[in-house]
Amino acid sequence: MAELLSVRDLRVRFHRAAPGRCAVDGVSFSLEEGEILGLVGESGSGKTVTAMAVSGLLPRRQTEASGSVTLAGRELLHCTEAQLRAVQGSELAVVFQEPMTSLDPVRRIGPQVEESLRAHTRLSAGERRQRALEAMAQAELPDPEALCRKYPHELSGGMLQRVMIAAAIVSRPKLLLADEPTTALDVTIQAQILALLKKLNRETHMAILFISHDLHVVRKLCRRVAVMRRGRIVETDTAEALFRAPREDYTRQLIAAIPTRDRRLLPEEPGEEASL
Amino acid sequence: MSFAAKKLITLIITLFIVSLLAFLAFQIIPGDPTTDLLGTEASQEARAALRAELGLDRPALVRYWDWLTSFLTGDMGESYNYRLPVSGLLGEKLVITGVLALMSFLFTIALSIPLGILAGSVRSPALDKLVAALDQVVMSVPPFFVGILVCYLFGTVLRVFVPGDFVSYTQDWGAFLSYLVLPALSMALPRVAMTVKMLRGSILSQLGEDYVRTARSRGLTRWAVLRRHVLKNALLPVITFLAVSAAEIMTSSIVIEQVFTIPGVGRLLLSSISNRDFPVVQAIVVILAAWIVAVNFVADLLYQAADPRIRLR
Repeated sequence: MAELLSVRDLRVRFHRAAPGRCAVDGVSFSLEEGEILGLVGESGSGKTVTAMAVSGLLPRRQTEASGSVTLAGRELLHCTEAQLRAVQGSELAVVFQEPMTSLDPVRRIGPQVEESLRAHTRLSAGERRQRALEAMAQAELPDPEALCRKYPHELSGGMLQRVMIAAAIVSRPKLLLADEPTTALDVTIQAQILALLKKLNRETHMAILFISHDLHVVRKLCRRVAVMRRGRIVETDTAEALFRAPREDYTRQLIAAIPTRDRRLLPEEPGEEASL
Repeated sequence: MSFAAKKLITLIITLFIVSLLAFLAFQIIPGDPTTDLLGTEASQEARAALRAELGLDRPALVRYWDWLTSFLTGDMGESYNYRLPVSGLLGEKLVITGVLALMSFLFTIALSIPLGILAGSVRSPALDKLVAALDQVVMSVPPFFVGILVCYLFGTVLRVFVPGDFVSYTQDWGAFLSYLVLPALSMALPRVAMTVKMLRGSILSQLGEDYVRTARSRGLTRWAVLRRHVLKNALLPVITFLAVSAAEIMTSSIVIEQVFTIPGVGRLLLSSISNRDFPVVQAIVVILAAWIVAVNFVADLLYQAADPRIRLR
């Protein structure tokens, strides 16, 4: 399979940070077409900054970035804003953590879902509408026609995240960047969104870079996982191998932090003390 | 009950209270209309006769009740001073002041919204400082002083404007409107400064919102993000502010009419207060109050139309 995304020796420094302190400090990884790669790490490990650098959303005035990010052979880190915009929303789409605030509160759902098409294609309003409805159906949203006329505040968080996914896939991107897309959602909704992403990956062959602090979630979705810590990737392996035999202490700690059935955080049997 | 019906009841209650307060204020302040009409040398008999003629010899509450019942039937009474029906006296002046206020409000919108968008979207530290400094200066100068400066600059220095050369719309609409341009601008300037400052702050805070990042991630240009998403959100708080402005413009025209010698409602109000011409003052006060309530009502409707999250009940 061909390489889709290649990140080489990525370094990102915020101007306001202490000298020598890089948010991302020499990160390299690659993603093949149709692959799902998990990028895990705790808060502040640099995974979101990596995602921002890949998606071209780093605030250019406040940061300095070096290394290279190429998507299908095109350099995204060192290019003009116009070149970057040509890729954003067409070949590369992003789904963010907070569905509640990631949509414009005063615009209806429909125009927001088809917005990438407006920016990148010359489709007519009717064709755009048709594509938006298809994308919403693909994102398993019920009654897309009615939904198009609603405002974001009328929908639940899970629905809004499906809307965000529909808006991302409407332009049939090669890479979907999902930055903690399930963190703000209930556990049952989380599972549905993960299943949806997996389905979309299978059906459309769209690659996904899935960023999360939650190894448990990443394991369900990704074949390959990269573990980040303090701006560096400390370990990359298949999810299976990582869980079976983590080479790094840090990975071991992350795995140990997942609550499982054997190590519950709450007391097992209520009323135990009463029987004493 | 519908929102409009509720607002209508509020309007009626407000007008009732305002008219009662204006009436009571007239009972408390010293002075007597007969002194102004007959002079200080008039005999007690002549005064008593005039008071009886004007109906001032009856108890205060009876007079208020009379005023209220006739006002509700559309009769605003007769001016003590001019012995003319108040409605006839007010008609032309209301149009003059109304046009002045409207013109000033349109200037405020036409200048402040483009300038606010410019100040909020162009990222330049030098421009930021310039906007902040201009804002401070213009905002802290009261409209009447701006009016005096404008009179001096355009009247005395540039000689393109003759203060006092007012032509009423009944004679020449063109001359009437062109005379009002400078007073309207004088009233608009401080408001423009305030609106620019507010819109700029609103745009800058909206630019930090998550939905802006989403729009950028779709490859929209900065201008498209601003036009399609930020602007509508940023204008929401400005609507309320502009409504307050529209309400205030009527009252600030009272002062600016003095500076530019415009025979509008403001001048009539001031002279009627000093002449204790109660029916005229009462009518103007009620009209101003109705204007303010109406403007707020329109602002509420606009706000509801602009923000889908708000449903007024």
